[in-house]
Amino acid sequence: MERLDLSCLSVRELNQYLHHELPKNGINELEIVNPNGLHNIAVGLTVPVRIRVLGHAGYFLAGMNQQADVTVHGNVGWSVAENMMSGTVRVKGFASECAGASAHGGLLVVEGSASSRCGISMKGVDIVVGEDVGHMSAFMAQAGHLVICGNAGASLGDSLYEAVLYLRGTIHSLGADAREEPMAENDYRKVDQLLGRAGINYSSKEFKRVASARTLYHWNAEAGQEY
Amino acid sequence: MCGIVGLLARAPEFRERLGEMLTPMLVCMGDRGPDSAGLAIFTSEIQPPLRQFSLFSSLRKFDWVPLRDGLRRDNGEEVEIEGIENHAKLTTSISPEQVRSWLVENFPQIHLLAVGRSIELYKDEGHPAEIAARYRFNQLTGSHAVGHTRMATESAVTPAHAHPYTAGEDFCLVHNGSLSNPWSLRRMLEKKGIQFETDNDTEAACRYLEWRMSEGDTLEEALQKAFVELDGFYTLLMATADKMVLVRDAFACKPAIIAETKDYVAVSSEFRSLAHLPGIHQARLFEPVPEEIYSWNV
Repeated sequence: MERLDLSCLSVRELNQYLHHELPKNGINELEIVNPNGLHNIAVGLTVPVRIRVLGHAGYFLAGMNQQADVTVHGNVGWSVAENMMSGTVRVKGFASECAGASAHGGLLVVEGSASSRCGISMKGVDIVVGEDVGHMSAFMAQAGHLVICGNAGASLGDSLYEAVLYLRGTIHSLGADAREEPMAENDYRKVDQLLGRAGINYSSKEFKRVASARTLYHWNAEAGQEY
Repeated sequence: MCGIVGLLARAPEFRERLGEMLTPMLVCMGDRGPDSAGLAIFTSEIQPPLRQFSLFSSLRKFDWVPLRDGLRRDNGEEVEIEGIENHAKLTTSISPEQVRSWLVENFPQIHLLAVGRSIELYKDEGHPAEIAARYRFNQLTGSHAVGHTRMATESAVTPAHAHPYTAGEDFCLVHNGSLSNPWSLRRMLEKKGIQFETDNDTEAACRYLEWRMSEGDTLEEALQKAFVELDGFYTLLMATADKMVLVRDAFACKPAIIAETKDYVAVSSEFRSLAHLPGIHQARLFEPVPEEIYSWNV
């Protein structure tokens, strides 16, 4: 298997190879070693390649991903898979802030915990977190699903639009306009399907649903800013 | 944006290598703060009544011998001085108040950076790599150290505005973030007779915490009050003679990562500045949560 070593290559050289050479040479599987917390590793991929990153990566790992399947055998810094369009990004360790920020599609799996602002402004991505998420997760989340197998920090789902959150553990507090709702048949199916794709073994029966109460959609002059 | 780094040696042999391990951390974080840098290192305490004073001259080449001789002559006490370009470590039993007023009178261009029995402090304008090389940070030894790389957002770029800030004795603080109420804190402290040296927001946080400690609080108790009093964004890393302490504000917008092994505790704004540390892949790595006090004793 092709192995690219970031102790010899710069991140720019790596990404130029992934953008310009890889689509031409038909390689469909490769490893990146010595990521050493560097930022912007494997951003902007456009081809269905499988990439294993061996070690801890920095900010923006696999940002803007299209089609690629990227697995990090370690932790990641801020904004993993930010603005992802399609494909899969899997983090075997934990993810720092803003995991999956603004992502439009694809699947992001964080097997450990994700820190604050996980799924901020998500626009259609599916995110599965194996453990907990930090404060302000799914802030202004517009579309897609966030499955949290552990607990959620303060202000979960503040100013939610149409993204739906499923949570197995406890909620420190709900954000403005977020509310718990009963699980319906299609919610159980969705959770089972996403847990199956993530390879995480829980029953959907353990989860609750959080979605928008939609009271912030239109400004109410009589509410006196009390939401 | 700024970078913060800290390292505390748990294994005795790491004390000898503290500067060697911390310097690459600081230089790497030069990407987050290229305009100035500083480092405070804590060594074994010297015996009372001796104290050590870190001095700074705005002239890059400065002859420290006349200062030593004058201080000796005028106070009748032994004075030792070790200079390295525009920084010097002065050791004497003359009281801090006396040293300060003597400097104001005789060498007004000299700035007193730190006082105590174990703190030694260097800070200046310039790229962190250049500053680290100039003062040979990689040769420093000690039990723990904190460093800072600055990209100024709210006050001037001068040596005095570089971090770490100090107040009182054997206490220093570095800050990534920006406070929104430093002037109201400052007005409150100035009414109590506390004097400021710069218009920097971090100095207000540093003097606030030192004021609370001078009132009898532990640093941890002072920080609990600071969570209420300080408004703004901050990751603060502090050190006293016997501990290193880290906190993040309620929003936790300013990053930090902690690596703990049996040999050391390392703190940085970003993991990539820790990647070179021995045993880092077996370290317990975690992100500090908002408004939690992380404290490690020497």
